[in-house]
Amino acid sequence: MTATRLLDQDRPGLIFTVDGVEVPARQGDTLLTAMLTAGLGHVRTSEFGDGGRAGFCWMGACQDCWVQVAGQGIRRACTTLVQPGLEVIRR
Amino acid sequence: MKVVVVGAGPAGIRAVEQLVRAGVTPTWIEESPDGGGRITQRPPAGFTRSAAALYGADAGRARRLHATLDAMKPRTDWRPDTLVWNIRPQDRVLHTQTDGAAQAEVPYDALILCTGAMDRVLPLPGWTLPGVTTLGGAQVALKAQGVGIGAKPILVGTGPLLWLTALQYAKAGAKPALVLDTTPFLTKAWQAAGMMWNAPTFLRGIGIMAALRLRGVPIAEDATPLAIEGVEGATALHWRDAAWKEHVTPCDAVALGWGLKPESQLADLAGVPFDYDALQHNWVPRRDAAGRAPVAGVYMAGDGAGIGGAEVAELSGARAALALLADAKLPSDAALTAHLDGRLRTEARFRAALERAFPYPAKLAARMEDSTPVCRCEVITAGELRAAAAADAPEMNRAKAFSRIGMGRCQGRLCGTPAAEVLASALGVTVAEVGRLRGQPPVKPIPLQQPAA
Repeated sequence: MTATRLLDQDRPGLIFTVDGVEVPARQGDTLLTAMLTAGLGHVRTSEFGDGGRAGFCWMGACQDCWVQVAGQGIRRACTTLVQPGLEVIRR
Repeated sequence: MKVVVVGAGPAGIRAVEQLVRAGVTPTWIEESPDGGGRITQRPPAGFTRSAAALYGADAGRARRLHATLDAMKPRTDWRPDTLVWNIRPQDRVLHTQTDGAAQAEVPYDALILCTGAMDRVLPLPGWTLPGVTTLGGAQVALKAQGVGIGAKPILVGTGPLLWLTALQYAKAGAKPALVLDTTPFLTKAWQAAGMMWNAPTFLRGIGIMAALRLRGVPIAEDATPLAIEGVEGATALHWRDAAWKEHVTPCDAVALGWGLKPESQLADLAGVPFDYDALQHNWVPRRDAAGRAPVAGVYMAGDGAGIGGAEVAELSGARAALALLADAKLPSDAALTAHLDGRLRTEARFRAALERAFPYPAKLAARMEDSTPVCRCEVITAGELRAAAAADAPEMNRAKAFSRIGMGRCQGRLCGTPAAEVLASALGVTVAEVGRLRGQPPVKPIPLQQPAA
């Protein structure tokens, strides 16, 4: 799936990486917003063999958007703001 | 006297305001980086939309809430980015984690829980696909991030949030491909008189429904969602209209939500008993009209204490703080207390009509296909739950032990309501009789090396 930038998008750009690949984002994006608007499609893979997941609640409740962030451990993509150079690993 | 307020949404803000007014300096704990709650959530730094653009008809209320929030922070022990993950009621201690790491124990003499709510969902085949979110999630994406979950989403469920989110998406340039309300028009219309207890909100709702029709957004009422289709992500919704005709509507995202359920895990850990509220179709922590729990020193307010909406959250937050102050023999405003009691009684009449107007479609949950995953954390299906019922699980916690339902990373937040419907239906008993999943610490996952400390 691809989330769509609609409003309030005139913010400075930055670059972070997902699985070692550079991805453009904007200051104030959560990791979930940045990954899904960049067209990555999913943020993690279900451990139960039913494919990719891209979060669900967007408010820190469902725990379905966990990603690995270098130096920070496991984070919820929906409640973690993107930073320049942040290294995300999809699990 | 050590007073702790958990949550900085509308209820928490108004509770803290009354405490500070009485000379109390509470510890104020909020899981998010900033307060404001969900309805009046503020975007991160760098976003520039005005309050009017962000909150529409709620803009005035949002501005006032944010002004109080910012004024109160320096007058309290303000702890943002802080999760309360356990309560030891016998010692009156909270366990907290800040910024995902730093652990602390916070003692309290009195505690006000303002823990909010989340969407109540109904699992469908395909609901775990990327592109499927809650209605609340779809709204948070737009409000706090300026993004749509898709460019032509389908919104499914029932309740005011369904219609409001649809209009917000249409206005933002992502016109919904379909708004599917499981409630018949007449069910809603029958409650019109009761909803006049809050005439401005009711009329605003009517206006939203009219505006969507004017914009040509396809609307189906009394309709049934059947399945979400897709491989890498949601690409279509299969559904059935009121005349039992099946349709397939293409889309690039789907949002689901059937009203709200309290986030009341902390009340559970504090030892507060729960009652089944048949009207709300939710388990709610027991409290009196002022917000006192039957556990000494524990108070509750806002949607976490039973769904009432953002306006009620403000009223009940202030009311709970006044109850705490009166119980502690501290100065409290008697005139304001009487005023709040009156407002809360009127709002309860409005809420009763609203709940009847937008009921949770329990029958759809009970009829869920065996292959549908009820638990999205660990992909536990309705069939596995029915097998637990057949293996002599008379209530939810037994079914949990048999099937792992509610043991996943969300701790049963999402599956609890629909799983109870499936189990009750399989056992031929009421949903109240199968009980609820008991809260367990940590209420949200924390790093494994931390709790041992």
